[in-house]
Amino acid sequence: MSTIDHLQNKNAPLVDGKEEYTITVYAENRIGLLNRIAIIFSKRKINIESLNTSPSEIDRIHRFNIVIHEGYEVVRKLARQIEKQIEVLKVYFNTNDEIIWQELALYKVSTDEIAEKVTVERLLRQYGASAVVIRKDYTVFAVTGHKEETDALIKALEPYELIEFVRSARVAIIKDSAGFHEKLKEFEAFEPGEELIENEFLEKGEKIFTM
Amino acid sequence: METAQDITIENKEVKAETSKKLFKGSGSQVLLNGLIEEGVTTIFGYPGGAIMPIYDALYDYADKLQHILVRHEQGGIHAAQGFARASGEVGVVFATSGPGATNLVTGLADAQIDSTPLVCITGQVFAHLLGTDAFQETDVINITTPVTKWNYQVTDAKEIPEVLAKAFYIAKSGRPGPVLIDITKNAQLQIEEFPEYVKCNHIRSYRPKPKVRVEFIEQAAALINTAKKPFILFGQGVVLGKAEEEFKAFINKSGIPAAWTIMGEGAIPTSHPLNVGMLGMHGNYGPNVLTNEADVIIAIGMRFDDRVTGRLDKYAKQAKIVHLDIDPAEIDKNVKADVGVWGDCKETLPLLTNLVNENKHEDWLAKFRDYNQQEIDQVITPELYPEGDEMTMGEVLRNINEICGGNAVIVTDVGQHQMVACRYAKFNNTRSNITSGGLGTMGFGLPAAIGAKYGAPDKTVIAIIGDGGFQMTPQELGTIMQFGAAVKILILNNRFLGMVRQWQQLFHEKRYSFVNITSPDFVALAKSYYIDGQMVNERANLRAALETMINHEGSYLLEVMVGRENNVFPMVPQGCSVSEIRLK
Repeated sequence: MSTIDHLQNKNAPLVDGKEEYTITVYAENRIGLLNRIAIIFSKRKINIESLNTSPSEIDRIHRFNIVIHEGYEVVRKLARQIEKQIEVLKVYFNTNDEIIWQELALYKVSTDEIAEKVTVERLLRQYGASAVVIRKDYTVFAVTGHKEETDALIKALEPYELIEFVRSARVAIIKDSAGFHEKLKEFEAFEPGEELIENEFLEKGEKIFTM
Repeated sequence: METAQDITIENKEVKAETSKKLFKGSGSQVLLNGLIEEGVTTIFGYPGGAIMPIYDALYDYADKLQHILVRHEQGGIHAAQGFARASGEVGVVFATSGPGATNLVTGLADAQIDSTPLVCITGQVFAHLLGTDAFQETDVINITTPVTKWNYQVTDAKEIPEVLAKAFYIAKSGRPGPVLIDITKNAQLQIEEFPEYVKCNHIRSYRPKPKVRVEFIEQAAALINTAKKPFILFGQGVVLGKAEEEFKAFINKSGIPAAWTIMGEGAIPTSHPLNVGMLGMHGNYGPNVLTNEADVIIAIGMRFDDRVTGRLDKYAKQAKIVHLDIDPAEIDKNVKADVGVWGDCKETLPLLTNLVNENKHEDWLAKFRDYNQQEIDQVITPELYPEGDEMTMGEVLRNINEICGGNAVIVTDVGQHQMVACRYAKFNNTRSNITSGGLGTMGFGLPAAIGAKYGAPDKTVIAIIGDGGFQMTPQELGTIMQFGAAVKILILNNRFLGMVRQWQQLFHEKRYSFVNITSPDFVALAKSYYIDGQMVNERANLRAALETMINHEGSYLLEVMVGRENNVFPMVPQGCSVSEIRLK
C-alpha cells in the first residue's frame, strides 16, 4: 500500500500545467457514439492515453473511461463538448487523487528461463502477480494495479525473455460519487434538474476516506 | 375446433381495435407520412439508385409535398439552409447514397457551424450489402459524424417513425443543427404495420436547454446596473431563439448600445437607435474600438468567433463579461465569462430586463456616434457615393436600400461582396440576412436564395454574389428555370477573387497568386436558362437596372461591373486586436 501514495504524485509539479485526467462518460449504448466521442479529441489533436468502455451500474447505460494528459481548461472544454452529444448523459473529469483506478496486465515468459533464473515465488510476492497459466513452454502472469506497478514488472522480467505483454485500459471509480441512479431519474424527467447545470464537477467534499 | 374459432374471433377483435392506429405500408410511405406530420411542405432533393423507393412513394404525395429537383446535392442542402433560415422551419433534403450523400457534406458543415436546423435523408445500399463496397456505398454515417448534430442509420423500417421524430426534435430544439438519417434500401421497401406517428419531445440523454438559474441572472443584472460603459454583442442566438422582441425590450429599457455579428444582423432593425453596427474583422469602427473600452460586455447568443474577436489576448481585457447562451459548451470556450447565463435567451432576457435599471448612457452612446462619424467621413461616404468612374459595391447596396427600403431578404455568397452587403444593407425585419457565416462557403448564395424564396415567398429575395462564388454553383440556374423561384441574382463582378486579392495586396506584397479569375457571359448564361438579365458597367444605368431587376416578375440576373481593386475597410488585420482596426 505504501506505493499508492507515491504513485498519486500529489506534490509533483505540473509540466505545462498538464496532468493526467480521467474522463468518465455515462452514455446510451449506441453504435457510432464511440466515433463521435473520439472525434472530439482528434479534432483538437489530443491523444487518448487509454480508453475503456463497459457497462455501468445501470442496465443499458454504458460508461467510458478516457485518460488524457492535458490542462484543466482544455479538459473542461472537452467534457462540455462530449456532454453535448445527444446520447451522452453525463461527463465527469477527475485528477488521479480523486479516483480509484486499476489496469490489468498480462506477461508471457518462458517457463524454463524463469525457473532457472528467478524464483517464481519472489515475483508473485513482490509484484502481487498471479500465475494464470503455467505450461512447460511458458507461464502467464497477471498483475492488476497502476501503470507504474505493471511497468515495474516489465522491468523485472526484461532480463528473462518477456515473450508477450499486454495491458488493459484504465478502469476508474470516482471516490466521491454516489453512483448514477439518482441522476438518471433527473434525466428521465422532462425538466432538467438544478444539479445538471454544474455538469463537470463533483464537489470535492471531505467524505473521502483516503488511503 | 372450438379453440381455433376462439382464436379467429380474438384476432378479428384485435384488428378492429388497432386498425384506427395502424398504418400498413412501406418504410418509404411511413417516412413521407412522418414528414407531413412534422409540417414539412417543401423538400429539396435529387434522386438516385439507393433512394428510389422513397422517390417512388413521393410520386403519390405530389399534392402534399413539394419536391424541388435541384441540380446538385450541394445546391439542395444550401437551398434547405436558405429555406430554414428565412422561414424558421426545419429544412429537408433528400439525396441518394454514395456521391449523393458526400455532396451534402459542405452544406452539413455549414449548417452545423451556423446552427441551422436540417433533416437530411440519404438512401443507402441494402443492409445485407453494407460493408461489401457495393455500388454507391459510402460510410455516410462516419463521414458526416463531425458535421451533424446527430445522425442515425436505419436498417429496419420499424425504426423509421421514431427516428424521424427524434431527428426533427433534435434538429430544431436547443441549439439547432443538421441531422442526417441514412436509410438502407431494404428498409425503404419493407412493408410493415406502423403505429400512429408520435412527435418526440423528450430524449433522456439530451438536454436541449439548461435550466435557467436565477442567481446568475441576478449577478448579471448587478454587473449591468453598475456599469458605466456597458456594451451588448448579439448573434444569431436571438434569431434562433425567436427572441427578437424580448431582446428589443431589454435594450430599450437598459439603453445599452448593441452591435451584431453578421449572423445576428437584422434581429433588430438597422435603424434602431441603439443599433451601433457590425462587429468583427470588417465591422464598424466604433463597435470594434470600444470593445476594448467597455466596462461590461453582455454577449447574447454569440460565440466569440475569431473573426469577431481578433487577437484574443488583447480582447476586452478591461471588461467584465456576461455571456448568455443556450449551449453550455460555448460559455468560457473562447472568452472567459465573469457571469455565464445558461439558457434560452427567450427565457433569460425577460428575467434580465426585469432586473436591470432603466438607463440612457448618453455619453457612452456619443462615443459610438463620434467613431461612426469618422467612419462615415473616411470610409462610408467614399464607398456609397464614390467620386471616381468605377462603381463600388457599396453604391450598389445603397441603391438597393433606396429601392427596397430594407424589406428585402438579402442572401449573400462569401467574400468582399458579403462584407459590403452585411455592412451596408438595411434590414427592417428579422431572418432577412442569410449568409454563410461560420464556414464561409463560396457557392452558398445562389442555392440558398432559391431556398429562401420558398421559405419567404412573399418577400423580394436578392442573391448578392461575386463572380468567383457564382461560378461554384451556377448549375442551380436550372432549378430556377424549372421551378420558377423568383430570385433576383445580383453579381458584383470585379474580375478577381476579391477578398483573397485584398489580402495579397495588403499582406503579401501584391503577389496576386491565382486570384485573377475570368468569367463567362453571365447574362448569356442566364438567357440559356431562359432567365432574363443584363449587364451594367456605367453608373448612369445602375439605378434603372436595379429597378428592372427588382420589379421583374420572375427571376432576373443583373451583373454589375465594379472596381477591380477596391478593398473592404475598415479591417482588423489578422493577429491584431479589435482596437487596432484600420480605416484604410
